[in-house]
Order: sequence, then structure tokens, then C-alpha cells
Amino acid sequence: MVKATDILDEQPILEVKDLQTSFFTEKFEVKAVDGVNFAVPKGKTLGIVGESGSGKSITSLSVLRLIQDPGKIKGGEILFKGENLLDKSEAQMRKIRGNEISMIFQEPMTSLNPVYTVGQQISEAYMIHQNMSKKEAMLRSTEMLELVGIPSPKQRVKQYPHELSGGMRQRVMIAMALACDPELLIADEPTTALDVTIQAQILELMKDLQDRLGMSIIMITHDLGVVAETCDYVAVMYMGKVVEYASVTDLFKNPKHPYTVGLLNSLPRHDVDLGDVELNVIKGSVPSPDNIPTGCRFAPRCPFASDICHEKLPHLEQSEEGNQIRCWIYTDEWDGDPEVNVNDQRST
Amino acid sequence: MFTFIVRRLLQTIPVLIGVTILTFGMMRLIPGDPAQIMAGESASPEQIELTRERLGLNDPLPVQYMDYVTGIVTGDLGTSVRNGRPVSGEIAPRLRPTIELAFYSTLLSVLIGVTAGVIAAVRRGKLSDSLIMLFALFGLSMPNFWLGLMLIQYFAIGFDVGGINTGWFLASGWGTWQQMVLPVITLGTAGAAIIARMTRSSMLEVIDQDYIRTARAKGVKERVVVYRHALKNALIPVVTVVGLQFGALLGGAVLTETVFAINGLGRLMVDSINARDFPIVQSGVLVFAFLFVLVNIIVDILYGFLNKRIDLN
Amino acid sequence: MTKDLLKVTDLKQYFPIKGGMLGRTVNHVKAVDGVSFTVKEGETVSIVGESGCGKSTTGRAILRLDDPTSGEVEFDGEDLLGLSKKEMRKRRKDLQIIFQDPYASINPRQTVRQILEEALEIQNTVPKKDRPDKIAELMETVGLGAHQADRFPHEFSGGQRQRIGIARALSVDPKLIVADEAVSALDVSIQAQVINLMKRLQREFSLTYLFIAHDLGVVRHISDRVIVMYLGKIVEMGDKKSIFDNPHHPYTKALLSAIPVPDPAPEKKEERVFLKGDVPSPIDPPQGCRFHTRCPFATEKCKVETPELRPEDTMEEGHVAACHYMKEIIDGTHKPQQ
Repeated sequence: MVKATDILDEQPILEVKDLQTSFFTEKFEVKAVDGVNFAVPKGKTLGIVGESGSGKSITSLSVLRLIQDPGKIKGGEILFKGENLLDKSEAQMRKIRGNEISMIFQEPMTSLNPVYTVGQQISEAYMIHQNMSKKEAMLRSTEMLELVGIPSPKQRVKQYPHELSGGMRQRVMIAMALACDPELLIADEPTTALDVTIQAQILELMKDLQDRLGMSIIMITHDLGVVAETCDYVAVMYMGKVVEYASVTDLFKNPKHPYTVGLLNSLPRHDVDLGDVELNVIKGSVPSPDNIPTGCRFAPRCPFASDICHEKLPHLEQSEEGNQIRCWIYTDEWDGDPEVNVNDQRST
Repeated sequence: MFTFIVRRLLQTIPVLIGVTILTFGMMRLIPGDPAQIMAGESASPEQIELTRERLGLNDPLPVQYMDYVTGIVTGDLGTSVRNGRPVSGEIAPRLRPTIELAFYSTLLSVLIGVTAGVIAAVRRGKLSDSLIMLFALFGLSMPNFWLGLMLIQYFAIGFDVGGINTGWFLASGWGTWQQMVLPVITLGTAGAAIIARMTRSSMLEVIDQDYIRTARAKGVKERVVVYRHALKNALIPVVTVVGLQFGALLGGAVLTETVFAINGLGRLMVDSINARDFPIVQSGVLVFAFLFVLVNIIVDILYGFLNKRIDLN
Repeated sequence: MTKDLLKVTDLKQYFPIKGGMLGRTVNHVKAVDGVSFTVKEGETVSIVGESGCGKSTTGRAILRLDDPTSGEVEFDGEDLLGLSKKEMRKRRKDLQIIFQDPYASINPRQTVRQILEEALEIQNTVPKKDRPDKIAELMETVGLGAHQADRFPHEFSGGQRQRIGIARALSVDPKLIVADEAVSALDVSIQAQVINLMKRLQREFSLTYLFIAHDLGVVRHISDRVIVMYLGKIVEMGDKKSIFDNPHHPYTKALLSAIPVPDPAPEKKEERVFLKGDVPSPIDPPQGCRFHTRCPFATEKCKVETPELRPEDTMEEGHVAACHYMKEIIDGTHKPQQ
């Protein structure tokens, strides 16, 4: 079993500290990522979960510095193998993108350029980062297609994206991302647009390739099932902040943050019959970004919120096991019911 | 690809038949008796009857039409009313200047339009974007005969700037580059403006696509992202506009040739309309229609070549 | 014994593919190819399957949003396909649909009040003077405040918009609601709220649901009975418990096993069945059993003979599946091929 303390033994491949990314409209600033911290241990998979608007996708784009206008990374540190990516020049970043850190995206249907063959698109990575000739790059691209389990790769390499199914296209995306043997792969909802049987194939492929190539993965998803199945560690995000960080077993066995508990309980399960009861819900909805709560971001929806929650923002505190939690309940300053048990909402 | 071209050519047959029916009908729709017009104002009834017989106007309409089409296919387009010479001989030497004018104008509008559109899109919201769009608006709203006259005033007649005369170009004729610059600019400006606006909006749409993000995530240079990944996609709708633009260009050629005294097909048409030389007008329209159809076939082939999602077969 | 509210018999929906120089019909997409089932009054029947299986097309054909190619749809004892367009419009009072993206199906320039008023107007079930009260009541029923009625759809969140869609469907007191991926686009915490709302409304208004979805977690929670479709055909159907706990068709088993379980260390981990390849094209579906190209158990017989839906003595009452080897697979005498 993996423990969050394992992180401390070795330098993580990626460490994000107090990352802040905002989008500027004429009237106000939307703090999409508002002081995010997490670490990705070498060779492991970190899941970042959250609902829409949590800032999980913006976080992943920030790591590669792919935020476009009107967005801007305002501050923090992104330490990749100990070096801060925010200090790098654009040219240095280009050497890292697609080479040391790669990314795959949610929509395989639209993430490939429709006017180039899949071979041309994979080849480009080789030609940019490894100075290969066109011919050599095409040869390696064909090998990559074979590696990701695409049948008859020699024919497929000459095809255009629209000639492939969604699952095949996502395999092409993976082939392209892994072409230069990256140390870190960021997968932004890689299976959300796919059918479950195809999702199972793709997740299995990613796991298999991770075993063989030894890369680390950041898995961005809203699907707790995908997290449980593929991740070693999990960061739960809510409104631009990490509210809980734990090893995957701890998170599912003993979730600490009321939001995490709420998420787990509101999930209808295909493998368990809950009987004819109402699902647990998190009341209300995510506040709009121009109306951010002053205290804990989750306080207006939290069944346990007390005075301090509405007034002051809790810090991300480290527990003994190395897990992290951003909630007043677990601090000395807690002014609510001292006997509170966040898991109690399960049965209500 | 080959079958696509063949099929596309076959598809133009009904269009061309339609065009011949229209031009054929044109002659019948002229107010008054065509034979009377052909024979001239002062012709005697006998002369008119003779003309009628010669032109086959006594035959039933379908027979007349078949004769007309046979004439077109064999290159016999009838004779000019003004000087009695064969129409084909009148039109042939006038074709070259017009086609050249249209070709260079299209080239100019595509080069300037696409470049300006890309720059405006990449620098969206910045000063250069606003300036380009202002110029485009200007170019679109300016009547081209007026632009032609202004260009003649400033760059053919010219004026002195610090001892240098700006009358670098010639204001009439066709053949040397000094003669060609001003008409090409005159005719190409409106097209450049339309293409610039089209390219800009198309680029802005494409640059937000997921595959552009994929290219950036791969480590591709921004310049390559714009020209290799975005532009090729953005050009797909622009190509269609270029084809349609060519029709407007042929219309514009009539005015431009008149302003710059170019002995092209457009000017021949204007002169012939004034002289009521209908056989030439009729054949001129036919030639313009053929050119337009031809250019649009080329555009369609180009479109299929750019847009891989279109199955050419 | 409750009566059958909806009876679908041998429903087929073929969409023509135009092609060639003359635009003739060169082929058909066999989106739904001979589907029969019944829905009893007051129950929730779910149709599940992956994209292209024909589940949404089935829903649309029942409501005649697209007129089906052939088959029978009997609703409350009346043959819907025999009705004229005008009669069908009247009948729609009893059959409402909720879509995945409520925003796409409502006019963004109308306030919620106008949207609901229009729905009431069309079916004309409530006298004009009572409509404001009815609208206020509807808003409260779906968990929105009556004071929000004068807002525009874009002022609402995704979950709230789905509530508006539900309010509109409810406004005409329907008997059957077809929910086409109605909660699929919602975040889990909001999805749970809408599911609870739908279940509550079902009890209060004795509604019947035909629930079209791909999320089997949601389906297990909301349904009484489940229909599994693959490439335009029903491969298995039965009571929810029976389908989830005792699936017989290899496709149903694969589908269930493919879903990631939100538990990193489940007590009993079922062996995952990986399906090879993609779903074949519905233009030229495979001969015999349509699943044979991906089925680990497929034999020569499966390539030739189309299996019919049938019960097996290892099944509960009302459970049927279409596979040649159900029994043999269960008792272990028929193993995966190769």
C-alpha cells in the first residue's frame, strides 16, 4: 500500500507551490486557480478531482504554461525536477513541452489537426525534439502506433483523424504524447468523451505504458471511479483550491473533508444496490466566480459549517500520515461541535 | 482525385447548357426585331428579310438554338454588326489582357488579404489589428473607378515630393509592368479587403480549437502553430470566397479597363453595348460565364485538397 | 397488476444515406432494428448502451420526433403511429421529453415564465387566469423559487436549467416522461439533486419514466427494469436487480465490468472483461449476433445465426437475453475462444 509519506523519501518529479492563475475580464478577476499545492511522486499517478469550475484543468494547463489570454499565471512555483518552470524562457519551455512533459486532452475528436495525417502529427514531435529526418520520424511514429495497440499501424499512419474512431484517436494522442519518452504525462479527462468499454481499454493502456516506460502521470478527472482505479494519490479541488490531498486508499476509506465525503456519497453506484433511498446531496451549487465566499469556499454548502468557517479561510494542514486537509474541523481553532464526524452525513 | 475532377467537369455541363440558353434567349429578348437591328437602321425590307434568312431566324426556335450551340463548339460565334468581322476574331485578342488583369488582381488580393488577415488575428485587439481592419473597411467601401482615378492622379500624373516626381506608373494600356501596376491595385483592393476580413475571422475561430492547444503542448513554435497548424485550416472557407470573388472581379474588370483604357474584353463589352453590337455582347457574356465556371472548378479542387474531411469521391 | 402504459413492438428506424451523382438512397443506417418492450404504468424503465446503440433514437421514435420506419407504438391503448400529425401533437400532452442539454431545447430569449406559459398554452389544460398560480406551483415543485420565474435561462446554472426542463415537461401533467441523458451533463453533486427530484416527482405525480442513459450507476439507482441495447438491438432486459447481479449476456457483463469502481480496494474484485476493438458501423452491422465481432465467447454459430431474446432457467422471472451460450457460459462449459 502506498502512503502519502512516501513522497518525502524521494524528490517528487513535480511540485506545485501556491500556484495562482487568474482570468481577467473588464470588470473583475476570476481566480481560477487560487493557491494550489501538490506534488507528483516519481513514477506514480496523482489524480486531481473536482467538479466543473474547480480549476483542475486550468491547473494542468498552467503546469505547461499553456494559459492563453486573458488568463495569466500570477504567482507560485512549479518545480519540475527541482527547477521552477515559471522562471524559464518561452524557448526553454518549448523544449520541455511534448518532450519532458506531455499532455493529452479530453476531446479526442477535436484535439487532432484535421488537415494532417496522424503520422505527420506524431512525427512533428520527433522532428522538433530529436532532430529526426522526416522519414525516420515517420518510421518511429508507426512504431508508436503499434505500441499503443492500433491495428495495422502502417496503414493507419497515413490516415487522417476523421477516418479513426474516438478510441483510436485517443490512442493516437497517447502515442503522440509518449513519442519522446516524457517523464511526466498530464492527462486532462482522457476518457470522459469515450464509451465505458473504450474507456476501460484506454485506462488499461495507460497503466500498461506507465509500467513499461516508468513515467509519472497527473490524471485530471471528475470521475471518482477512474481515480480509484488509476491513481496513487489524489488532490481534491474546490473553487480553485486543493481541499484535501491523500493517498488513494486513505481518501476513499477515510475521507476527511466534508466536500470529499459529500462527493463520494452523492455518487450512485453500479456495483452496490442502495435500495429505494434518496441519494445524499451536497446542497446548493458552486457559487459564481464573482461572488467568492469570504471564509472557507465550501462553507455555504457544508453541513457542518460553523462561525469560523464563514469568517476565515482554513489553511492546508499536513497530518501525521502526510495527507493534507483544508478544514477548520481538524484544527485547534474549531468552534463547532467537538464530537463532529464528517462521515455522519453518509447515513442521513 | 482523378475521378473527382472528371465528375466535377461533367457536373459543369448542365451549367454550361444553362448559360448558352440564357445568352441565346438574350438575343430574342431584345426589344424589336433582331433582323432589323442586325441589318441596321436604314435597311430596306428586302435587306431585312435577307438578313433574317441568313441568320436562320425563320427556323423554329430549337433549330436556331442547335445552330447556335454548334457555332459555339466550332468557334463560329457569328459576325459583328459594326464591322462585319467574325466575333471570335474580335474577342480572342481581347481575352489576354482581361485574364491577366483578373489573375494578377486575384493574386494580389489573396497575398495581401491573407497576410493582413493573419496579422490582424494574431494581434487581436492590438493597434495593428484595428488599423488593418480600418483599411479593409476603406478598401471595401471605395468604388473601384474612383480608386483608379485617384491612383492615376497621384501615381501616373504624379506630383513633386522633395524634387521627386511620383508619376512612376502609366495610366493607360496593358503590357509593361508600369502599365499593369495601377489597374491591378484598383481591381484587387476590394478583394483583398474581403479576404482579409474573412481570413481574420476564420483564423480567430481556428486558433481557439483544441488541436491548436495540442500543437502548443507538443512544443511547436508559435510561428509554426500559426502558419502550419492554424492557417491551413483557416484557409478552407477563404478559398470559397476567392472563387466567388472572381465573379465580382470580372464585373470590376469592365470598369477598370475603361478607366485605364485597356483593350480588354470588358472594354470591348462596354463599347459593343454602346454600339448595340449584340453578337459581341452575347459572346462576351458567354466567355465571362465560362471563365467563372472554370475558376470555380479550380477552387473546388483546391478546396478538396485542403479539406481532408471532404471525401472527394 | 398494473397495466402496460407503453408497448413497443418490432420498432425499426432506418435512416437513409444519400449518395451518388443523383442523390439516390444508397444504404441505410439501421439505428434501431426490431426493438420490442413494454413499460408499465408508474415504473422506470432504463435503456442503456454505448453511443450508436440506438437508445436515443428509440426514445425519439416513440415520441415521433422522427417518424419510425416500421413497428408499433401503443400508448395507453392507442396506436401512436396511426395518428395524424395533428392528433399526435395533442397526444404529446401525455408524453414529454427531457433532453441532456436543457439549454439547447429552450429559447434563450424567453423568460422561464414565458417558456412555461407557452407549454401551458399549447396544451390548453389550465385556464388562463390560473396560469400564474400554476407556474409558481411548478417552480416550487422542481425546487426553484417562484420569484425566479422572470429570469432568463442563461441566468441559471446547469442543474437549475435541467429543473426548468423538468418543470416544462411537468406543466402539462404528462403520463410518461422520456428522459434522454437528462442528468449526464451534470456534476455529481448536482446530478444527485436532480435524480432525487425526479424520484420524488414520480411518487407525487405517479409518473412513468423511460430513462435513457449510459451511466450504469445512475441507472441502477433510478430504474425498476433495465434494457441493454447494442447496435440497434436489445441484447438483454429484465429487472434491475436481476440485470446487475445476474447478467447473462456477455456484452452486459463486459459493460458492467468496464465501469471503474470508486473503491481502490474492493473486497471482491471481478475479473474485468476487455472488449476488443470498436463498435462496428450500424450501416453494415455484422451478420448473426451483432456482438460477435467483439465477443470473447463467439463461435462460428454466432456469425451465422441471430440469437433471439429468451429466458434461461438461471434467470429471474421476466429476465431475457439474446445469446446462444448463456447457460453454457454460466456453468463454465463454454469458455472464451482462443
